[in-house]
Amino acid sequence: MSSETKQILTTDGIPLEVSLKKAEKKNKIKAFLLVAPLLLFLIITYIFPIGEMLFRSVDDRMVTNMLPKTFKAMEKWDGKELPSEEVFEAFYLDFKFLVEKKTFGKLATQLNYEKNGFKSILKKLQRKMKKFEQGNYKEQIMNVHKRWANVEYWRAIKRRAPDITYSKYLKAMDMYENEDGKISQVSEDRRVHRILWLRTLEIAFFVTILCFLMAYPIAHLLATLPMKYSNLLMICVLLPFWTSLLVRTASWMILLQQQGIVNDFFVWIGLVGEENRPEMMYNKTGTYVAMTQILLPFMVLPLYSVMKTISPSLMRAGKSLGGTPFVAFWKVYFPLTIPGIGAGCLLVFILAIGYYITPALVGGASGTLISNQIAFHMKSTLDWSFASAMGLMLLTGVLVIYWIYNKLVGVDNIKLG
Amino acid sequence: MSKNSEFVKFDKVDKSYDGKVLVVKDLNLDISEGEFITMLGPSGSGKTTCLMMLAGFETPTNGEIYLDSNPISNIPPHKRGIGMVFQNYALFPHMTVYENLAFPLKVRKVSKDEIDKKVDKALSMVSLTGFENRMPGQLSGGQQQRVAVARALVFDPAVVLMDEPLGALDKNLRESMQYEIKHIHESIGVTVVYVTHDQGEALTMSNRIAVFNDGKVQQLSSPDKLYEEPVNSFVAEFIGENNTFQGEVSDISNGKCKVKLKEGEILANPINVKSKGDKTTVSIRPERALINPSQKMDNNYKGKIEEVIYHGDHTRVRLNVLGNSEFILKVPNSSQNIDIKLGNTINISWNSTDARALDPK
Repeated sequence: MSSETKQILTTDGIPLEVSLKKAEKKNKIKAFLLVAPLLLFLIITYIFPIGEMLFRSVDDRMVTNMLPKTFKAMEKWDGKELPSEEVFEAFYLDFKFLVEKKTFGKLATQLNYEKNGFKSILKKLQRKMKKFEQGNYKEQIMNVHKRWANVEYWRAIKRRAPDITYSKYLKAMDMYENEDGKISQVSEDRRVHRILWLRTLEIAFFVTILCFLMAYPIAHLLATLPMKYSNLLMICVLLPFWTSLLVRTASWMILLQQQGIVNDFFVWIGLVGEENRPEMMYNKTGTYVAMTQILLPFMVLPLYSVMKTISPSLMRAGKSLGGTPFVAFWKVYFPLTIPGIGAGCLLVFILAIGYYITPALVGGASGTLISNQIAFHMKSTLDWSFASAMGLMLLTGVLVIYWIYNKLVGVDNIKLG
Repeated sequence: MSKNSEFVKFDKVDKSYDGKVLVVKDLNLDISEGEFITMLGPSGSGKTTCLMMLAGFETPTNGEIYLDSNPISNIPPHKRGIGMVFQNYALFPHMTVYENLAFPLKVRKVSKDEIDKKVDKALSMVSLTGFENRMPGQLSGGQQQRVAVARALVFDPAVVLMDEPLGALDKNLRESMQYEIKHIHESIGVTVVYVTHDQGEALTMSNRIAVFNDGKVQQLSSPDKLYEEPVNSFVAEFIGENNTFQGEVSDISNGKCKVKLKEGEILANPINVKSKGDKTTVSIRPERALINPSQKMDNNYKGKIEEVIYHGDHTRVRLNVLGNSEFILKVPNSSQNIDIKLGNTINISWNSTDARALDPK
């Protein structure tokens, strides 16, 4: 007996499934055409750049392509002692070619990322190279600068041989691959990135908590006040939201600076003396205050939209059944607002973790975040692959948080309005 | 032990929300223990406000409410021990049926065993045993309604308030739930204060009905009295169907009065009229006017059939009688009524006792 089910035919004798597909085909094409512009837009502006970023953060073909002979000669080198004459000759030939093409500057920059001090000895080599004689390049190069006789510099070159490197990711965690190929930490005084990551998480976490504590009562008021007042309150919440981010940050600078309004007020009411006005800006305090205020609407709105759907009779029911107002709130109202809390916290946390302008303007040295570091490498050092690596780490962090949230609360429970 | 006839007492209660308009005016109402009383009235008549004052969600602007002889105006809702069934059930959507029912017991610190027992009992009372672990969202409207009733009763409150609890159900379900609530009330003898705008519901379920209009109780009496003997034209109009004639009393004697209409004159039962010259509305129930009656009656007129509407078990006939073209007759469906055809003129009669001369509209 075959288990195949009997095929259902339409009145015309065409199999039902085929007929259904045919009937729905037109609608499917229409639907696809409607979303196609957005899909294209997303591919061009989002998926492609992220792919590019991922590629750039691990791509290391530039050095590989610039020193083809050197890397070929280095294949046999074990990395323990100085390389043989063969490697020196190959390096000389590669470098000579780059000098003639006037592109050796790029090599200098790349190798300098790997080990400080490469730039100057490459420049020196370029100057002295014109007088080089045929043969015995090892000696001639080592005579240019004593660093050329240091095996570590040659190891640094060899480390750049593979097409792909994850050294940028290690660098972002204040780690590096040492001479033996082992991953180890950089010296203590140079561990800047880990501090920034931790600070970013800390600030994002506390800003989320602060936003939640302030937004919950506001959202509750918004949802329960009569229309006349709640509209006014809603405008008060939205007005800052509609104001330019820069304007808001600048206004915090006016308020918080040492000769600013808040400090003037503190002095006026006698809270602090004229001489020791507290520093509320260019440190963490400034970042906390400004970011909390700026991100507050992102917490209020999801909370509000959830609270508005909670029927007031539920609280009444809780009370009439014998719950004190607190019990009714805690057991009935609060659990029903969890989808809004989840959405708000997730939104604020994710926005805070990648926040850039506000910490850059009011954060000072102790209040800057990882995004400021990314911007620094994008604009100043031009180490785009390092910036890409950090950006991707940030993105991965956000995705991990989203994943944890999904496991704990469930994304279906998010309500954004 | 005799039952307290003033178990719940509204004493000269006024309520205003804005300081300008009284929503409830000088309400005096005694509810006896174990009674099923319904507050019936159009929307905005103040009935729900009364219920909310009793539950403790609104405070009386003036006057006092007593529960078992204790004034309760200053007692917060959660200490009143009054169960309430809300219009939209107000089941806690994040709790299972069991947790919903256990809530009032848990906050009263009842032991786990006792809670299980009481929840079981309450669920079997509304025939929902086995639904403990469902979420309210997985239940039908009728089932949710039963859970709400069970939850309001599970902690053995002295009084249960029901605020239009059947409003969201369809007609058939509403009717069966009416009987079910009535039976539950009869079996456990709890005092029920029920609010509705549906007169059918009120007539079916209640011991007594308080008809509200304009913040006042218009009539407080048993369902049959309310229907048969309305004390004023609002009650007559609001409860059941009603044919009315506007006129003026021309003579009053021996418990009967003559009312002069624009066209003709009728004999009526004086209820709210005292003397000659009073303006009045005469109210006659459609089923009390008969076509060609076998017995002799003291009001006999001719009417022209303007409209015939078939209703299955009966036929509604709209007549023009004494200048009133809105006169409705309910004719039971039987083979005798062959005369009922559009345009025919028929004889109709009624007894003067059934024509109640009430206050003018």
